[in-house]
Amino acid sequence: MSKYTEDDLREELKTKEYEYGFYTDIKSDTFPIGLNEDIVRAISKKKEEPEWMTQWRLEAFKVWQEMQEPDWANVHYKKPDFQAIAYYSAPTSVDPNKTLDDVDPDLLAMYKKLGISVDEQKKMNNIAMDIVVDSVSVATTFKKTLAEKGIIFMSISEAIKEHPELVKKYLGTVVPQKDNFYAALNSAVFSDGSFCYIPKGVKCPMELSTYFRINQAGTGQFERTLVIADEGSYVSYLEGCTAPSRDENQLHAAVVELIALDDAEIKYSTVQNWFPGNAEGKGGVYNFVTKRGLCEKNAKISWTQVETGSAVTWKYPSCVLKGDNSVGEFYSIAVTNNYQQADTGTKMIHLGKNTKSTIISKGISAGKSQNSYRGLVQVSSRAENARNFSQCDSLLMGNECGAHTFPYIEAKNKTAQIEHEATTSKIGEDQIFYCNQRGIDTEKAIALIVNGFSKDVLNKLPMEFAVEAQKLLEISLEGSVG
Amino acid sequence: MLKINNLHASVEDKSILKGINLEIKAGEVHAIMGPNGSGKSTLASVVAGKEEYEVTDGTILLEGEDIEELAAEERAHKGIFLSFQYPVEIPGVSVTNFMKTAINANRKAKGLEDMPANEMLKLIREKSEMLEIDRKFLSRSLNEGFSGGEKKRNEIFQMAMLEPKLAILDETDSGLDIDALRIVANGVNKLKSKDNAVLVITHYQRLLDYIVPDFVHVLYNGKIVKSGGKELAHELEEKGYDWIKEEVNA
Ligand SMILES: Nc1ncnc2c1ncn2[C@@H]1O[C@H](COP(=O)(O)OP(=O)(O)OP(=O)(O)O)[C@@H](O)[C@H]1O
Ligand SMILES: [Mg+2]
Repeated sequence: MSKYTEDDLREELKTKEYEYGFYTDIKSDTFPIGLNEDIVRAISKKKEEPEWMTQWRLEAFKVWQEMQEPDWANVHYKKPDFQAIAYYSAPTSVDPNKTLDDVDPDLLAMYKKLGISVDEQKKMNNIAMDIVVDSVSVATTFKKTLAEKGIIFMSISEAIKEHPELVKKYLGTVVPQKDNFYAALNSAVFSDGSFCYIPKGVKCPMELSTYFRINQAGTGQFERTLVIADEGSYVSYLEGCTAPSRDENQLHAAVVELIALDDAEIKYSTVQNWFPGNAEGKGGVYNFVTKRGLCEKNAKISWTQVETGSAVTWKYPSCVLKGDNSVGEFYSIAVTNNYQQADTGTKMIHLGKNTKSTIISKGISAGKSQNSYRGLVQVSSRAENARNFSQCDSLLMGNECGAHTFPYIEAKNKTAQIEHEATTSKIGEDQIFYCNQRGIDTEKAIALIVNGFSKDVLNKLPMEFAVEAQKLLEISLEGSVG
Repeated sequence: MLKINNLHASVEDKSILKGINLEIKAGEVHAIMGPNGSGKSTLASVVAGKEEYEVTDGTILLEGEDIEELAAEERAHKGIFLSFQYPVEIPGVSVTNFMKTAINANRKAKGLEDMPANEMLKLIREKSEMLEIDRKFLSRSLNEGFSGGEKKRNEIFQMAMLEPKLAILDETDSGLDIDALRIVANGVNKLKSKDNAVLVITHYQRLLDYIVPDFVHVLYNGKIVKSGGKELAHELEEKGYDWIKEEVNA
C-alpha cells in the first residue's frame, strides 16, 4: 500500500462521492414524465453510453417526432399519451417489507398451476429471496460454458460498453430507427435488453434464455434485443418466461433484430403472457413489437411464438430472405380471450434466389376477443424460384369472438410458388360431450382440443417450453366456456 | 344397476322420449332395437348426460342414486360408458393421449394419482392386442380419417381401457366387417362380469349371436312397446316392425 498517494486517495473519494450521488439519484427516481431531446440524452448518460450511441438515439428521436402512430391494424384502443409516460425508471429494487402475502392471490394461484417455485415467484415480484444461491450458481455455470465457446450473451447495455464494434456494426441494420413509429420510439429510449453473438461455426450448446437473466434485464418497457449468428453457427433463443407478470407498464414497444450470416441458423421462440386485462377488459398491456430477422446465403431463421397475454398485441416477426437459398419460418399460436385484441402475423420478404418460407398460424379466440392474422409474402423480381407455404387456422369458442385473416401476396417474379390455406372451425358441443362422456371435464376438454389444434406449432418449441406453453394455453382459456 | 322410471325427454321443445321404463341388473345384457328415429340414441345420450336433452319427467337411478343432477363427466366417473353411434373427431389429439387424459381424469375423480407411465403402457398393449388394433393406429388423431369400422373398434378399445360398470353400445356393429364384428364382440364378452352390465342398441340380430342378450326391448316412438328374450330379436329380423306398429296403433 506504499504507493497509495494523496492523489489516489482523492481519486477514490471522488468516486465514492459519485457513487453516492448516483445512488441517491436512482432512489429518488427523478426522471420527469414526458419525452424530449434532453430525456433521450439523459437516458443515454445514465447508462454511460458512448457518444455514438447517444447520437443514434437522438436520430431516432428526430424521426419519431415526425411520425404518426399507425392505425391500420384491426385493433381499437385509446392511444397512449406519450408525454404522460416516464421514460426511465430506476431498476426495480427489492422491497424489504414486501412478502408474497402482498401479491395478488389470482397471480399466486396461476404460479401454482404453472409450478413456479417460490423463489422464482419472489423474484418476479421483486421480493427479497431467502435463497439466492441456486439461481446464481446456475447463471454462473451457464456463463462459463458459453465463454468457453466464445459466445457472448449479456445485456445490451453491457454489450454497448464491452463490444461496441459489434453493436455499432449491426444495431439498426435489420430494423432501422425510422422503420415504424414504435421502432423509432424504442430506438430513442430503449431501456435494456439482450445481446447475443455466436462466433463462426459454433453451435450454441444450450437454449439461450432471458429467463436466466430475469434479475439483470427485467422486462423493460422498451426492450431491445440483438442476436447475431456468425457464419455457420447455430443458436436457439428463448424469450420470455412463462410465468405471468402483472406489469404496471401500459405500453411495451420492443425491438428484436436477428442476423443470420451465411449458413447460420437462428431459432427464436417466444412465450408472451403479459397481463391481458381483467375479464371486463380493464387494464392490460399494450404490446407493440417489431421483430425482424435477416438471412444471408443458406441461412435460416425460425420464429415460434405463443401469444396469450396483453390487452392489445401488434406484432409481426418477419424474415428478410436476402441470401440465396435462405429459409424463413413462422410458427405462431395466438390466443385471445375476454376483451383481448391481437393483430399478429409475419412478413416474408424473398429477395434471394431459391428462398423458401413457411407460415403456420393458429389463432384461438374466445370470449369477446378479436384475433387477426396479417401476413405478407413478398417476392422481388430477382428472387427466382421462391416458394412459400402458408396455413392459417382459426378456432373459435362461442359466438361473440372474431377471427380474421388478411393474407397479402406481392409476387414480382413469375417463377414464385405461393400456396395459402386457411380454415376456421369451432369447438363443437359434440366434441366436448364426447370428452365429458369419457370422464374429462369441460375445461380439460377444451385444453385438449386446443392443444390438438395447436400441435403443429407446439411441436416446434423446445421440449420444456412446450410443456409450459401447453399449461399456459389451458390457463388463458379458463372460464371461456360454460 | 340402472333403473329408468317413466322417463320423458325433449330437445328444442320436441318431445322424443315419452315414458321409458327399463331396469338393468348387474350381470345382465339388454338389447334395444327399433325403427330409425324412434329415440334409441336419444335414450343413450340422456342416460350419459348430454345437456341439450331436457328431462321433463321421470328419473334415472344408477345403483339407487338419482343421477339427474350429475354432469356427463360425473356420470362417466360413476361408470357409465357410451360407445357413440357417430364417434367425434378431435384433430391433433392422438388416441393414446386422449386415453391417457381420460384415464387420469377418472382416477383423479376417485382421488387417485395419475397412472404411472409403465402401467399405462401395459394396459394399452394388453387392450389393443385383445381388440387386434395396430399400434400405429394409436398415434393417429382421434377418429380423424378413421374408417367407419375403425371408429367403432376404437370405441370398444376405449371401453376396454376404462372398464365401465354400465356400457351402452349404440350401433357399434354398424360399419364393422364380419371379422371385426367377431373381434369386437369377443372383446365385449371378455369384459362382461357379474358386476357390470351392457346395453346394446342394434338393428341386426347378427351382433346378438355373439353378445347374447338376456332381454330384448323394442323402442318405438319414444316408448318401449315390447320386451322379450333373445328370440324376440329373431322374430324382428324375420318380420320387421310392422306387426309391432300395428299392435301399438291398434
Ligand atoms: N338434437 C336434436 N335436435 C332435433 N331433433 C333431434 C335431435 N336429436 C334427436 N332428434 C330427433 O329425435 C328423434 C330420435 O332420434 P334418435 O337419434 O334418438 O333415433 P334412433 O332411434 O337412434 O335412430 P337410428 O336408428 O336412426 O339411429 C329423431 O326424429 C331425431 O331427428
Ligand atoms: Mg341412433
